[in-house]
Amino acid sequence: MNSLRGARLSLLNRYGPLLPALALVGLLYGGGLLLALAQSVGLYGLGASGLTLQGYGELLRDPEVWGSLGLSLGIALVATGLAILFGLGLALGLRGMGGWAIWLGQLTLPIPHLVGVAGMLLLLAPSGWLARLAFQVGWIASDQDFPLWVNDRGYVGVLLYWLWKEIPFAALVTLTLLRSMGRDLEQQARLLGASGWQCFWAVTLPLLRPGLLATGILIFGFVFSSFEIPFLLGPTYPRTLPVLIYQRFTHINLEQRQQAIALGLILLGVAAAGVSLAAGVLGEVGSRLGRGKQP
Amino acid sequence: MRKESVPFMRATFWKVLHRVGIVGLALIGFLPFGVLGVWAFTRAWYFPDGLPQEWSFAGWQWALHPGSQVRSAFGQSLSIALITTLLALLLGIPAGRVLGRQAVPAWIRLILLLPIITSPLAVLMGMQAVLIRLRLEGTLLGVVLVHLIPVIPYMALVMGSVFSRFDLGYETQARSLGADPWQVWWQVTLPLIAPGMAIGAVFAFLISWNEFLLTFFVGGGRVLTLPMLLYSLLQGGNNTLVATVALLSVLPGWLALGGVSVCLGQTVGVSPTEIRDGER
Repeated sequence: MNSLRGARLSLLNRYGPLLPALALVGLLYGGGLLLALAQSVGLYGLGASGLTLQGYGELLRDPEVWGSLGLSLGIALVATGLAILFGLGLALGLRGMGGWAIWLGQLTLPIPHLVGVAGMLLLLAPSGWLARLAFQVGWIASDQDFPLWVNDRGYVGVLLYWLWKEIPFAALVTLTLLRSMGRDLEQQARLLGASGWQCFWAVTLPLLRPGLLATGILIFGFVFSSFEIPFLLGPTYPRTLPVLIYQRFTHINLEQRQQAIALGLILLGVAAAGVSLAAGVLGEVGSRLGRGKQP
Repeated sequence: MRKESVPFMRATFWKVLHRVGIVGLALIGFLPFGVLGVWAFTRAWYFPDGLPQEWSFAGWQWALHPGSQVRSAFGQSLSIALITTLLALLLGIPAGRVLGRQAVPAWIRLILLLPIITSPLAVLMGMQAVLIRLRLEGTLLGVVLVHLIPVIPYMALVMGSVFSRFDLGYETQARSLGADPWQVWWQVTLPLIAPGMAIGAVFAFLISWNEFLLTFFVGGGRVLTLPMLLYSLLQGGNNTLVATVALLSVLPGWLALGGVSVCLGQTVGVSPTEIRDGER
């Protein structure tokens, strides 16, 4: 009994300072998650009717849900891939430059999404500044001729927004990685006769891979579950998964509300699965390759 | 003579091209701000004109006149972000100390990190229900609590990285020289962790300042922050007002970031994962 109390006390001593933070996250986030789960299976809330998985069943038979899921995944994958690719290129291009490059890259980081959206709308809309410029140059005769880049079905505006926001982020992280890495290994490779391309492929890229992977996962998770960007810059149809969730949640039909909550949990599941898959598989492959290359 | 100068000239040509390319990219990146900046100083600017015919301070007059919505939204955003930052420091520093100094079970780490790995959209509706039960829905305190959810994990991570590189020897030494715990905290620990705290605080402030989705759901339309105001203006379509509020929303973030990087003499703004890895 005494030893049990002692063990509890030492546990409290060790982890006690964590408790306030843990309690708040646990109460609001954990509680929210539990309530959402209970609501999605009909155990809680309006129209609670005892345990049922009907909501999920209906969702899985709904082609719109699958379409939205595919669309969200596609946008997130394209945006992440391009952001990492261009971010890496930009970082390599900025590498020899002074600290002002890092400073400049940071300026877009604290921009609220809605400000970015406002800028994109004023720039890309059919009556936006680019359309005006095209008219002045004589490329288009009226605003009807300008390609639809916002609220378009091809999601061009949404993708452009993400590239504008995430390329500097990827470049900034890569640049700090490059600086902390130093140039010793690369110079050694070059001295041993490697071409610039070989040096990049065999030395620089493997060293950067874990950092690039982590950045990619962050960007993917962000883009995949973002609501306000496709809501404001995307079309009304087809909808991405977060927008679909919002629309079902605010629907007058309360059954749709329950579906929205279930959809939210599906979104969470897919994001978590994607992230852990990427981290697990790529991380393991990366470390195995890395181990194979050790002298 | 000529033979020698050709490679040299080629090198400078590529160097110049490189610089021009970088500057060009930076200009493209700043185009959305440029458009916002011009729009904020016009009254009306119709389609075919590449540049506004007439400049005006109408947007700023509207934003700054006493009793304007912009003023109250700005004030409310500021107080929410400041309270959130303060509470996040209070909760995050002790948590970070544990995370940075001790082996913490993976599931505890997972609970703490869950809010930044997963989408808030999934739990928002459940969180809304919790807040309704606590009678905090649509109140300032409710919004602060909800903003703390994404902020606390960041703060705990940043402070964890700070404490993982913190030398406990300083504290032991102060204690053995007769300082009481309060003196140790105030005169030894706090000054040593202050730079990390500043970085964490800037992050906390920015996350709260920029938060739209959580306020949108939990504020119930009754808590008007700057992002909420910008959202309703975007629906309205008065570009001058949109641009004015957008510029006002950017200002504090730049000020905070600039202030901290000047004070610390280093660049901030790298993601906390980088800080955790001890890159600087």
